[in-house]
Formats: sequence, structure tokens, C-alpha cells
Amino acid sequence: MRHSGPIDLSCMIAGVRLPTPLVLASGIWGTSPTLLERAARTGAGAVTSKTCTPAPRRGHRNPTAIDWGHGLINAMGLPNPGAAEEVALLRDAARRLAALGVALIASIAADTVEEFGRTAAIVSDAGPALIEVNISCPNVESSHGEMFASSAEAAAAVTRQVKASTSIPCVVKLSPNVADIASIARAVAAAGADGITAINTMPGMLVDAESGAPILAHGTGGISGAALKPIALRCVHEITAAVGLPVIGTGGVLTGTDAVEMLSAGAACVGVGSAIVSRGEHALSLILEELKTWISERGYHGLDDIRGRSHRGAGAGAIITNPPPVPGWEKSRA
Amino acid sequence: MREVPVALRLIDRIQENHKTITLVLDHALDARPGQFCMLWLPGVDEKPFSIAGPDPLMFTVSRVGPFSEAAHALSKGDPIWVRGPFGTGWSVGPGRALLAGGGYGAAPLYFLARRLREAGAEVEAALGARTSADLLFMDRFGGLGLPVHAATEDGSMGAPGRVTDVVAPLLGSGRFDRLYACGPEAMLKALEARCRETHVAGELSHEAYMRCGVGICGSCERDARLVCMDGPVFSVPGGG
Ligand SMILES: Cc1cc2nc3c(=O)[nH]c(=O)nc-3n(C[C@H](O)[C@H](O)[C@H](O)COP(=O)(O)OP(=O)(O)OC[C@H]3O[C@@H](n4cnc5c(N)ncnc54)[C@H](O)[C@@H]3O)c2cc1C
Ligand SMILES: Cc1cc2nc3c(=O)[nH]c(=O)nc-3n(C[C@H](O)[C@H](O)[C@H](O)COP(=O)(O)O)c2cc1C
Ligand code: FES
Repeated sequence: MRHSGPIDLSCMIAGVRLPTPLVLASGIWGTSPTLLERAARTGAGAVTSKTCTPAPRRGHRNPTAIDWGHGLINAMGLPNPGAAEEVALLRDAARRLAALGVALIASIAADTVEEFGRTAAIVSDAGPALIEVNISCPNVESSHGEMFASSAEAAAAVTRQVKASTSIPCVVKLSPNVADIASIARAVAAAGADGITAINTMPGMLVDAESGAPILAHGTGGISGAALKPIALRCVHEITAAVGLPVIGTGGVLTGTDAVEMLSAGAACVGVGSAIVSRGEHALSLILEELKTWISERGYHGLDDIRGRSHRGAGAGAIITNPPPVPGWEKSRA
Repeated sequence: MREVPVALRLIDRIQENHKTITLVLDHALDARPGQFCMLWLPGVDEKPFSIAGPDPLMFTVSRVGPFSEAAHALSKGDPIWVRGPFGTGWSVGPGRALLAGGGYGAAPLYFLARRLREAGAEVEAALGARTSADLLFMDRFGGLGLPVHAATEDGSMGAPGRVTDVVAPLLGSGRFDRLYACGPEAMLKALEARCRETHVAGELSHEAYMRCGVGICGSCERDARLVCMDGPVFSVPGGG
């Protein structure tokens, strides 16, 4: 069955309407206004700028990013020109994107709760549609000692401070590397977050067999792309079961079917990053076309028909009381 | 080759001049001229280098900082880690080609010259450097039996001045369909202007600070284009 009417792929995130549900993830193509515009022209509903910090950061030494076969691993170390310089770039980006009807999300990070607030206030001057609060970068050592995303209290404190420092809606970006992501989501929701981005990369490591050395100069890095998808789906499912906030479901979305899965897990819209490497610079437009085709082939009308379906079924923890026999099991035991 | 660094052994280390060596590796790579690889030395750094030859795989490295220093310290039998090839590369076909190289830019152009000759192109080369001691690959280009024009800033070999001074009249002569160039940014900028004036198509290989090499991090942007993915070779339209 093929749906004949127009399919509406627009969606809402934290009060902002996006023309398509695809969001360019933070850190992809940096903060260059012209590159963000280029990404916007490939089918994004919103694009997220590279995380900026209060002071400039040079980032880590190379190797910083490796395409290892099942996605990427990176430890860029948040290279960025610092918030004051970033504002001019964001202003330029916002102007270019407005002409295309694509929303700008400005990503920020800082070492202390107070600096998070100050940085939010600084980037607000550029007028982004949303601010993404990155409390989950695995590749920087902060004076805080651990990621703010690691504890419900720290995550809530940052959220409260940012909310008090800007009138622009804020989405908080969470880490998969925690014991209970639902409790972190509840804490940032209670602290006033307008939405959640889930997830940032998962810590991992590559070791070179020949030398025995870690390949990334930083040693460890963040896993993204294909290998991250099952983790991201689990996190988005758990978060949307716990809180009512809209979620930018991010991690391992490479195809239209992956996007369907992310929406099914409860995401309001879908973040895309590493797909730019595996599918090329037109990854977003390919994913968007595949998503449209998937929806129309099944006679659905739009995103509402597929969103959150993972919460309806047997769900996590369902126990099969009468397991079917496993073929060949008897033989392999004998 | 995969996009994870692979350890390859040096089968030769050729001293090209006082600050430049060529690393010859125990490997053949399926690559086009103008493409580059990321070279890694654990504990040091990972940096982009143009392919100077695919079989055996060769890179020509000038000593300018910590990574190239460490590469110069390698001896025959030592490993160096390679990921790639990356980038677009130069177009190869018949026609009348002028190659313009500054400094180590001569190395990838030599790989190109061989491929162009195989494709039946008529090739001339113009190489420039500060002094005759800095000129690279003069012998290798000469060995291909093609006309080589040299320019040195101190006049110690060839025409005194810059390679752009030699290239300008050649481009204006109408003898060439295409200019291929690799060298310092100032040289490329001047050559791009000459291409536009003379309506000769140009394919210029640029540099930028690289991190990922695979088109995701945005470090290597140049006018909305990514040098690692869209380049490093960028075209200047001819005709008109
Ligand atoms: C596509 C490509 C192909 C290349 N091919 C070759 C090649 O075939 N042979 C070759 O010898 N080199 C080549 N290079 C250049 C080489 O990658 C660099 O020179 C590299 O930085 C050397 O590393 P290093 O640690 O030795 O020196 P570095 O410490 O990196 O310094 C190299 C030079 O760059 C300057 N520099 C360093 N950082 C910056 C910065 N952020 N902004 C501006 N300038 C800076 C330094 O002052 C110095 O002059 C290529 C570069 C690219 C992008
Ligand atoms: C090279 C690279 C740089 C990144 N930089 C940032 C960053 O600055 N801030 C941030 O919040 N996330 C950053 N991320 C994480 C992505 O935004 C995204 O959460 C993650 O890659 C998972 O999505 P993907 O599987 O679609 O890539 C980066 C990812 C990559 C691959
Ligand atoms: S080096 Fe990362 S995009 Fe080119």
C-alpha cells in the first residue's frame, strides 16, 4: 500500500518547528558558517554548531579521528575559537540558515556550572533557535573532574544555571556512559530543560597491533556511527519512557530505516553525524528520501504514525514463557 | 588499504636535498596522482602527505617541524603507519599539460607526469625553489625526457625569480590546455590568477590543517570546501 497524499515530515522540538526531522549533530564540519549552510542545503531541519567553550581550545594532537570499520572513534578535544569569537560565526550561520528555513542549534560546554551560564549568555547574542548544553563530551578533562552528565545533581545544576542565563530554549546532551540514563533525564527535566539530545559518543579505544600503542593521541575516544546505534536506541527508549521532553535521537543513524527505528524508540527528531563519512556528504538527503519512501510505502501519513512504537510492544524485560526449540541445539550438545 | 593506520616498512630512504627525503615503502597502493595519505608515528603526530609514487608507495617529506623531524630520523626497515588514500586527485588524460611545482610540490607532480605520459599527454614541467640546492626532482623529471623549466629566487639555477614568472609566458603562449600545480599557497594564488587571465584550465593542489582526513571534522575548510574530501585538488575553469 502506497500513501498518495503529501507526507508531512516537519516536527517540533522544544517549541521550534523544523522543516525536516534531521538534525546535523554537533562537531560535524565544525562551526564554519559556510559549511553549516552546506549541510543545511542537504536536507537538515536543523544544524548544530561545534561545541564552543568559554576560552579557545586547540584540541588534541593527531590522530584525532579514525574510521575503524564499524563507525568512527574520535578524540578531537573540542577544538574551537572560544565563545566570544564563536558568536560572530554563529550570527553569520544564523543569517544563512534563516534564508533556508533551517534552525541553528548552538552547542556549548564549560568547566564549571557558572561558566556554562556565562557561555550560554554569550552565544544567545547570536540568536540561535536552541542552545545545546554539552555535558557529555568524553574527550576533555574538566576541572569538574568528570562529565557533568555523570551525575543527576551536576547535570541538574548546569541545566538550572543555563536556564537562568538565557531565554532561548535549551536541550541538554546526555552521555550513554552512565548507570541509569533515565535518572539523569529526570533530573535535567526537573531542572527546566526544554529537551534532550541523546546520545553523545561512547568511550572506547583503538590499539595498534604492530606497536601496541593506542591509535588516538588522546588514548581513548568516543565511538560514533554504526557501532553506537543499539546503545543510542536503548538510551532514547529509556529516556522517553521516563520523561515527556522531546528528544533529538542521535547515534548511528545511517539510513532512513535507522531514522525510523530512532523515531520508533521515541525520538522527536533524529541527529545525524558519522553518516557523512559512510554515505558521503549527501547523507542527510539520502536518509530523508529513504525515510519518506519508508513512510509512504506503508501508507503512513507522517512521523506521528511511527514515533514511540517501541514503547507499545512487549518491551524490555518481556519473558518468553514457552521458548521455541533452538534448531541443532540437541546435536551440538551431544 | 583501510582507513585504520597500517604499519608499512621502509625499504629505502632517499636523501633528496638538505631538508627533504623520500620514504619508499614496502607496499603498492591503488591511488591517483594528487591524492594524499595520513602518516602516523606513534607518540609523535599524524600528518597529511601527498603520494609521490604508488608502486612502491613513496612520500617526499620536507623537514619543517616535529613530525617531519621524526620521519627524517627513520631508517631502512623501520615502520611508518599509513592511512588512505584520501581526496580527489588530478584528472589524467591526453592533451598538452603544464606542471608547475614549488618545493616538495614537485613530488606528487612527478607521479602525475608519469600517469599523463602513459595517457598520451604532452607534458612540460616548471619547478621552482629558493636556491638550486632546494630544487627537487629535477633529475627525475629530466629522466622522463620531458622539457623542464627551472626557476630559483637567487638565480643559482634556471631563470632567476619565481616559478610563476616562468609559468606566466608559457600559459600565455597558447601551447597548453591545462595547468597542474602544487606548492605554497602564494604560488597557487598567483597561478590561479594567471589561469583566469589566459583562460587555461587549472587543477591546483592546496594544503590545509587536517585532523580527520575523511571529511567530518571541518578543520580543513577552504571557502566552504573541505580540502581532504573535496580537494586537495581544486579546479579553475578554463575556456571563455
Ligand atoms: C594534502 C597535503 C599534502 C601534503 N603533502 C606534503 C608532502 O608531500 N611533503 C611534505 O613535506 N609536506 C606535505 N604537506 C605538508 C605537511 O603535512 C605539513 O608540513 C605538516 O604540518 C608537517 O608536520 P610537522 O610536525 O613536521 O610540522 P608542523 O609543526 O606541523 O609545522 C609545519 C609548518 O606549518 C606551520 N604551521 C603549523 N601549524 C600551523 C597552523 N595551525 N597554521 C598555519 N601554519 C601552521 C609551521 O610554522 C611550519 O612552517 C602536505 C599537506 C597537505 C594538507
Ligand atoms: C568528529 C566528531 C566530533 C564531534 N564533536 C562533538 C562536539 O563538539 N560536541 C558534541 O556534543 N558532540 C560531538 N560529537 C558527537 C556527535 O554530535 C554525536 O553525538 C555522535 O557522533 C553520535 O552520532 P552519529 O553516530 O550519528 O555520529 C562529535 C562526533 C564526531 C564524530
Ligand atoms: S581534515 Fe577533517 S574535514 Fe578535512
